[in-house]
Amino acid sequence: MSIAKRLFLGLSSVALGTSLTACGGSNQESTCLDCDDEITVGILHSLSGTMAISESTLVDTEKMAIEEINAAGGVEVAGKKYEIKYIVEDGASDWPTFAEKSKKLIDQDKVPVVFGGWTSASRKAMLPVYESKDAFLYYPIQYEAQECSRNIFYTGATPNQQSEPATEFMYKRSPAAGKPFFLVGSDYVFPRTSNTITKEQLKSLGGNVVGEDYLPLGNTEVAPIISKIKKALPNGGVIINTLNGDQNVAFFKQIQDVGITPSNGYYVMSYSIAEEEISTIGPEFLKGHYGAWNYMMSIDTSASKKFAQSFKKRWGNDRVVADPQESAYNMVYLWKAAVEKAGTFEDNAVRKALVGVKFDAPQGPVEVMPNHHLSQTVRIGQITSNGQFNILESSNGPIKPQAWNQFEPTSKGFACDWTNSRKGERYRL
Amino acid sequence: MQLILESLFNGLAIGSVLLIAALGLAIVFGLMGVINLAHGELMMLGAYSTYVTQLIFKLPALKPFYNSYIIVSLLVAFLVSSIVGILLEKSIIRRLYGNPLETLLATWGVSLILQQFVRSVPLAYGSGFIITVFTGLIVPLIIPEHLISNKSKRYIKSGIWSISVLIGILTANYLSTTISKLGRASARNVDVTAPAWMRGGIDILGITFPVTRLVIIVITIIAVISVTVFLNRSVWGMRIRAVTQNRSMSECLGISSEKVDILTFGIGSGLAGIAGVAVSLLGSVGPNVGSSYIVGCFMVVVLGGVGNLLGTIIASFSIGIMTDLIGAGRLLTIWPEMPSSLASTVNFFATTSMARVLIFALIVAFLQFRPAGLFPQKGRMVEG
Repeated sequence: MSIAKRLFLGLSSVALGTSLTACGGSNQESTCLDCDDEITVGILHSLSGTMAISESTLVDTEKMAIEEINAAGGVEVAGKKYEIKYIVEDGASDWPTFAEKSKKLIDQDKVPVVFGGWTSASRKAMLPVYESKDAFLYYPIQYEAQECSRNIFYTGATPNQQSEPATEFMYKRSPAAGKPFFLVGSDYVFPRTSNTITKEQLKSLGGNVVGEDYLPLGNTEVAPIISKIKKALPNGGVIINTLNGDQNVAFFKQIQDVGITPSNGYYVMSYSIAEEEISTIGPEFLKGHYGAWNYMMSIDTSASKKFAQSFKKRWGNDRVVADPQESAYNMVYLWKAAVEKAGTFEDNAVRKALVGVKFDAPQGPVEVMPNHHLSQTVRIGQITSNGQFNILESSNGPIKPQAWNQFEPTSKGFACDWTNSRKGERYRL
Repeated sequence: MQLILESLFNGLAIGSVLLIAALGLAIVFGLMGVINLAHGELMMLGAYSTYVTQLIFKLPALKPFYNSYIIVSLLVAFLVSSIVGILLEKSIIRRLYGNPLETLLATWGVSLILQQFVRSVPLAYGSGFIITVFTGLIVPLIIPEHLISNKSKRYIKSGIWSISVLIGILTANYLSTTISKLGRASARNVDVTAPAWMRGGIDILGITFPVTRLVIIVITIIAVISVTVFLNRSVWGMRIRAVTQNRSMSECLGISSEKVDILTFGIGSGLAGIAGVAVSLLGSVGPNVGSSYIVGCFMVVVLGGVGNLLGTIIASFSIGIMTDLIGAGRLLTIWPEMPSSLASTVNFFATTSMARVLIFALIVAFLQFRPAGLFPQKGRMVEG
């Protein structure tokens, strides 16, 4: 018995060992050959826990961007070429951990910049750390705005670059134009804020919101919400969806079963479903519904195709790129451009240099605005059976970001400008 | 009429998911008194086995049978979860009987390990491991007793295990090379697509009944009936009940309580696996799929009365119907001329989040009056 036990344990540990080396074997770093010095930056996303699924794709993209920059000769600051090195820290899907790891990266590793975060909760937890230490965080996700920190650079969309054009599209030009709206979301800050904005916007457009419900995080029982939708929208309508992660899967699988489908006049506009999520949920459940993003993998430009191809080449052919990844990719390049413009890694100089930096992103040209957000192009797409967006509309050039929402009564009439010391975080227009 | 029918069906649908999830726990927690916080993760393993079975049925050789993979996956999920459950019982829980706090902490640890295991180990290796243990446990039961003489017992056993390990490694390699999705570790959630006949709904009396929900209700009914028949009619069922009521007396009468423990835990875990199949049909499959159900499961078992299957059944259906009545705002539709003061309260609770709060509060209030649940177990419990 004991021999058998030992044999078994030994063999299984061998099997486990080979599997682990198989996971770690594929990493290869391209280095900068003619660089004189090194600079280490911080990457802080969740590599374990609930958010790991999403945030690990950002780490992959940021690594790829850094490798590309190194291969092209690194960062050139004050006549010296620097190779970028990175320290990856795990936020573990736990918000206080994000703050703790931020402190570590700033104080101990002395990194000039941290690329990190996904959920609004993690950003809110990190914000005081960066403000008190006067450090700089680059945050890549589309979010509810109503925030404008001197120490955060937001490369994701603000509501006027995503949800507002999307609501207008659904109300005016979609097949369900003029029909009533139902708002569904997960129960936390982003969906609630986003839906408040949508309700205010619909009020000014003359639209009608017939219902609203939030699913507690971690709960996937969507049956009561579905009965409510059927009751509130008996003849079809628009459903604005801000559900998170797994809850989307349960929602889309089950609405199809009860006949809430595009062919019956129900159209869902989702703000958190990108190519990555479509492949997880399955395009057969999402076909015909809508999404709104700045970047979509199906954008037919050489920059977009090159971005998708190099990502597939680096991380595997079955991988997809989506808006959050493009945003993460942009921010690394924008940081490079800003330090090269400033001629130093020193935070205050970089912060000043950052505003006005332009970059030819995979989505098209983007520019850093005085409110530490990006001007970006908005696209509305319909999901096709091959898991991509069919782009129906794109904005006429990049749209300027609004950190303070102009539909929400509490922030209406305010803006943010960090280039003018008298204006700052929140000033009256 | 239509309204009542629809409400009843929705309640039944929500309740049956709760029931199938809680059934295994009702056995493990109810009959053995083990607080198994890894129960949700056993469900998760069941959901992942459904996913693996689905991928295997997409291979060219099995493609013609694709529509019936769900039936096979029920069996696979039951086996996988019960094997892991048995390993868990043999290695950890057995040493902690009678120490509820330590059991709770240990099984919570196990649940974290299992979650991280599916994140960082490719599913093919996981399947290989399960197949190794499965053959290793099954083959000695098949070989005729007299062939294993006392002298060669050790060698035969180690031989069987090394062959099992070989089979396991071969399967792992085969799966990881033929199905690329299984060969790589991934923290991403995966999707189980129900076969075509299970999608859509059936229209009766103007109400759409989703087929998936009907299938889950049927699975739940079958599971409940088989468990009841097993516990009440079979010899082993009788032994399980005997050990539950009085362990030392049963031991004195020659019942191997060790075997009974393994069997009970194995069945309880296997039922968690079947619940995993049901859950995978409704949502996505990910490392956290189980942890979102575990609180609900304990709630059902405690409300129903520990150690009582009928209580579990009634508790889960009443929670299901209440969730639908309150959460979907159906009370107002049923009784439109409700006084306005009451109507505003009802409206306040008519969101999913608030309905959950209200139901928890009602359960807490109920347990104040009947601390032992709907149907308290009479007589002595495990470990006195």
